[in-house]
Amino acid sequence: MRKTEFAIVGAGPAGLSAAIEAARAGVKVVLADENQRPGGQLFKQIHKFFGSEAHHAGVRGIDIGTMLLQQVSQQKNVEIMLDSVVWGIFRANTSHTLGVIHNSKNIHLKARKVLLATGATENVLAFPGWTLAGVMGAGAIQTLVNVHRVLPGKRVLMVGSGNVGLIVSYQLLQAGAEVVAIVEALPKIGGYAVHAGKVARTGVPILTSTTVKEVHGKDKVEKAVLVQIDKNWQPLTGTERELEVDVVCLACGLSPLAELAWITGCKFTDVPELGGHVPIHNENMETTVPGIYVAGDLAGIEEASTAIEEGRLVGIAVAEALGYLAAGEAKDKKTEISSRAEQLREGPFGIARKQAKEQLICRSLSE
Amino acid sequence: MKNLKKISKQKQRTYEGESDLNIENADMIICRCQEVTLKDIVQAIAEDATTVNEIKRRTRAGMGLCQGRSCSRLVRKILAEHTGQKFAKVIPGTFRPPVRPIALSTLASLEEDTDDKS
Repeated sequence: MRKTEFAIVGAGPAGLSAAIEAARAGVKVVLADENQRPGGQLFKQIHKFFGSEAHHAGVRGIDIGTMLLQQVSQQKNVEIMLDSVVWGIFRANTSHTLGVIHNSKNIHLKARKVLLATGATENVLAFPGWTLAGVMGAGAIQTLVNVHRVLPGKRVLMVGSGNVGLIVSYQLLQAGAEVVAIVEALPKIGGYAVHAGKVARTGVPILTSTTVKEVHGKDKVEKAVLVQIDKNWQPLTGTERELEVDVVCLACGLSPLAELAWITGCKFTDVPELGGHVPIHNENMETTVPGIYVAGDLAGIEEASTAIEEGRLVGIAVAEALGYLAAGEAKDKKTEISSRAEQLREGPFGIARKQAKEQLICRSLSE
Repeated sequence: MKNLKKISKQKQRTYEGESDLNIENADMIICRCQEVTLKDIVQAIAEDATTVNEIKRRTRAGMGLCQGRSCSRLVRKILAEHTGQKFAKVIPGTFRPPVRPIALSTLASLEEDTDDKS
């Protein structure tokens, strides 16, 4: 049995930020991640971020990741366990114990406070042929192209015109693939106009009210059949068309990766604006199970910049709860972080998330 | 109870016995880890399954290597569609440790050292 004050599951933007803030205040932290390198999805994000200067606008995700790693490496109180799978979480009186596999050994890690920052999983779309080789998630393609520099194929059909679909399409074009079309089931493009414009200017058609009917191929994808759909999502017979493609990329949204959170027994609520079932949490990001915190995509699908702010909030809240920060000092810091997070939830895309988050915190008061 | 009645009424309307599962793309795989098809799942619903857990126990959907990380959402959608429940009300199946596939020998290799870090 190992012990620490604060255990964090997931070394992405939320987990790293929480570790940095808590350790700065003096908390002893163990940060576990199943990958071989920390940073979560930031190292796939070679595009520049939006927002204000406080949110690193104009800086590429990969550089924000490097910056967070530098900051965390300066903290002597943070132990990072990589290649470490957290397979379970158990409650024991006032603390929690994580089951962690590290170097093929099973370790029990006991912590007074736990942050689950496990991120998200990609939604799939089922159509005949969706299990053929060549149908893959946008996140998988980003890993292949941006991290390992391998093209998954030559002719790509992108399914989904949200920001992920648009950005990954552009990155595929930059890497030398042809994006044959982007299809969107809704009647309008999902992502920011600036991303859509960038892709559209290269000549890639963005087909709205259109979906994939089926995909054909012997051992791998050879052809996709598209079909137009009406307002009630019903396919319009006679509108089918075939495209020769070898990759079908699914960018159909993300869902919070919540297995560990469900196991803790914390209460959930379904919030479509935040990607589905999310743990109910208060303004400190603490769930309905005392000592269990959530941040980042698990607390509602948003962006890396909001994940960073939520992680920092947890770091401060945990430091305060463990007696490392006086209430007044913690309050000032939390107010500052919360107001920065608020700024990220503005505009037509942010406002729905802002309201959803506010309702979530209201719910936590009545639980 | 009211809800259940509504569901079974709808079921009677949709399914006239087991043999009449005339659905589109019946052979499409939904759970790729366990190779469970759409037909298998709709059949389970026709046999009164109303939750993800019930479908899991009847068909093994979600019991493979990925533990439903891909198919759970699809199964919830099919359930909502075929039982008249709201998608948001169909909760995922129960999660239990271990949440990742690990060898029993690894699970049994509990570290002996007690170098308390606190």
